[in-house]
Amino acid sequence: MTELPEYRRPWWHRWTGLFGAPRRRWRALDDRQRWQAGLVLRAVLVVVLLVIAWPLGALVAILMAAQYLDPYIPNEHAWARRAVVPTIIAIVAITYPFYNESLGEMRLFGAFPDVNTAVIMGVYVIMAIGLNIVVGYAGLLDLGYVAFYAMGAYTCAWLASVQFAGQDIRIGAVGVGGTTPGIHISIWVILLVAGLLTALIGILIGLPTLRLRGDYLAIVTLGFGEILPQVANNGDNLAGVNLTNGPNGITPIDAPGFFGVNFQQGSGSFFTGPRLYFWFVLPLVMITVFCSLRLRDSRLGRAWIAIREDETAAAAMGVPLMRTKTWAYATGAFFGGVAGAYFASFKSSTFPNDFNFNISAFILSMVILGGMGNVWGVMFGAAFLAYLNQEGLANIGHSLNQTFGTHLEVPLYQFGIYGAIIVLTMLIRPEGLIPSARRRAEFHEGVADTPLYDARHDTA
Amino acid sequence: MATDARRENISWIQGVRRAGIAPAFGFLLVALLLLWLAVNLVQTPSDFVSVALEGITLGLVYGLIALGYSLVYGILELINFAHGDVFMLGSWISFSFAANRIGLDAGSSGFTVIWGLGLTLLVAMVFCGLLNVTIERLAYRPLRNAPRLAPLITAIGMSFILQDVGLNRLGPAPVSVPNILPTGAVFTIGGHEYRWSSLIVALTTFPILFLLMWLVQKTRQGKAMRATAQDQEAAAMMGINVNRTISFTFLIAGSLAGVAGLLYALYSTNIRYDQGFQLGLIAFTAAVLGGIGNLPGAVLGAILIGLIQQFNEGLSWHAPSSQWTQSIVFAILILILVFRPEGLLGERTPEGG
Repeated sequence: MTELPEYRRPWWHRWTGLFGAPRRRWRALDDRQRWQAGLVLRAVLVVVLLVIAWPLGALVAILMAAQYLDPYIPNEHAWARRAVVPTIIAIVAITYPFYNESLGEMRLFGAFPDVNTAVIMGVYVIMAIGLNIVVGYAGLLDLGYVAFYAMGAYTCAWLASVQFAGQDIRIGAVGVGGTTPGIHISIWVILLVAGLLTALIGILIGLPTLRLRGDYLAIVTLGFGEILPQVANNGDNLAGVNLTNGPNGITPIDAPGFFGVNFQQGSGSFFTGPRLYFWFVLPLVMITVFCSLRLRDSRLGRAWIAIREDETAAAAMGVPLMRTKTWAYATGAFFGGVAGAYFASFKSSTFPNDFNFNISAFILSMVILGGMGNVWGVMFGAAFLAYLNQEGLANIGHSLNQTFGTHLEVPLYQFGIYGAIIVLTMLIRPEGLIPSARRRAEFHEGVADTPLYDARHDTA
Repeated sequence: MATDARRENISWIQGVRRAGIAPAFGFLLVALLLLWLAVNLVQTPSDFVSVALEGITLGLVYGLIALGYSLVYGILELINFAHGDVFMLGSWISFSFAANRIGLDAGSSGFTVIWGLGLTLLVAMVFCGLLNVTIERLAYRPLRNAPRLAPLITAIGMSFILQDVGLNRLGPAPVSVPNILPTGAVFTIGGHEYRWSSLIVALTTFPILFLLMWLVQKTRQGKAMRATAQDQEAAAMMGINVNRTISFTFLIAGSLAGVAGLLYALYSTNIRYDQGFQLGLIAFTAAVLGGIGNLPGAVLGAILIGLIQQFNEGLSWHAPSSQWTQSIVFAILILILVFRPEGLLGERTPEGG
């Protein structure tokens, strides 16, 4: 489509055009026009959300209004500026289990996610933020992230189940019968242990492979991501030792406990199991987000971004490449391990088939859809895709079938849809839905990422 | 002079230290592998020979897929993740065309089989070639100037889409293909038959390989491909239509995947919607083993990988058996990439670090 000259363009093109070829037109606007256009776009977003479900639209409208009020908060109450939006979000999130069933139906999307789905969304948010450190910050494409998730899950399974029935170790486990054999350690300790162990695995994988650049690294990580589940699958007889119970998986795994309340059983009608899992995944997500943001602004995080933008220049500026990349790997792996351990305890089982390449690509598409390098975007992408995977797609298929009388079996199209999301995001908006400004600039200016053919690296 | 003398007098341990631990480790691994093969050869010679023949046959089929990876990597430096799934769809179209449209099955007469399979081969080649060209046009060409990871990520997405198409066409369970080729034994070694179907599959690959060599090395189009692979801008300045050359490369790669799809369906008589992912990675390993971008290397690597796979699954003395095949292949991939990223026949590239 050829672009009309300014004098022939109808007035509404200024804003509708923003959906089409946004950046060029956005730059052409002056400040006042940008403000107007932003207002219109926000109004459109709110209206769309209101049509889908009024609570969603209302929430977003309140958040936007809170942000709009920011400049009017007097300076002596400056702390409120930073507190208003997080407080609203925290209240909405913490009370979610009380009202989610009375929210009614969303148009097209069906019911609001139930509390179990919310827990899974939280776990995937942690994993996606972990992967975002590797892919988004440091720019190392990791196609085997599922290996870290698997490592965390199996660590949890080893330390909190009857898998090693010969041992009898129990430290702080809640709700495990006194005669149950095996190792039973408090899940809260295991989360940390799993994270550290997985970080160690990340370093071990990283040390030999991080010398490679770009796509070679992607393939090597993919290889590790395929090997680890196969080891888990064949691990029922590794030189006579039953390590992973093979394809039958390890189940049941202990639930976490808090003040003597076992999460699987819950306590009364108020502290039900899913609610407890949900309330404790929230602080985990919060800690992850906090660490991720602080790491990004730290010396290490700036080194990651420097490496992502131009490895050769970063090395020339004295950034130690190997050490920095290995730290990115270890940090990303840490969060993957924590999320994997919590997830395993939530599902109370771990099977080798949970850890195939599809999961790696699924988490990667969360990071890509949300916006590589931006924690908020990644959170949104992860929550949205995890919800789609868990409930959304089935609901959408159901409502489509009802509206149009078709007989679509959505699970058959699931991975095609994720593939299409990846491809369309890369083609239309490679920086993701909610990009970081820096990453956006990289994608649109075209980073000099091509290898320097005359700069040979001496490895021998 | 004194320094020279000292340099000559270094002890062997210093020599090892200077060369690094990597080559020593590599030599040790290769030596262990050869020892294992030798013991197996001595213990069960007939097993060994028949397994080796099967391995070469399988390797030739892998080679056709590996060539596709190598061609595309050579020209775009892109790991075309979707290639394995193009191969899978090649299997699907050959199966549905040969078995459902023409109606070939185990009982078909010799003449029907020959023209039927010839026609199927043509259909599979055209279908996969055009599919590959379409993918390039839609998904990779718009990203030609994007950061390098962008097309790679897109390729993963394309692979998912194609796999989903396969899932919808083939269903989640493996589909068994009728024994269209004759299954009698060509010859028998110590109780193991080498079947006619294997021989035909192996023999079909050779003319295709030679045709490809001729195309790349002797024709004008091949020259254009090599020029584009070396330097796209310079090639464009010399009057080569870079976009058309890249499309042509994808066409060739796709039709090779089509051939491989048909041959694999005939050889294994079993196709699955996710075979593209698994065999695609095995073939990619083969391409890396031989030196990616290097065509004879891809075939050599594929034969080696086929041999390793069959030895692993067929030998009796301390063979890890088929449940470890994938791990072994990926371990080879990782070791090659870490210790010798240029592959067996390739040249050293900056990617190798």
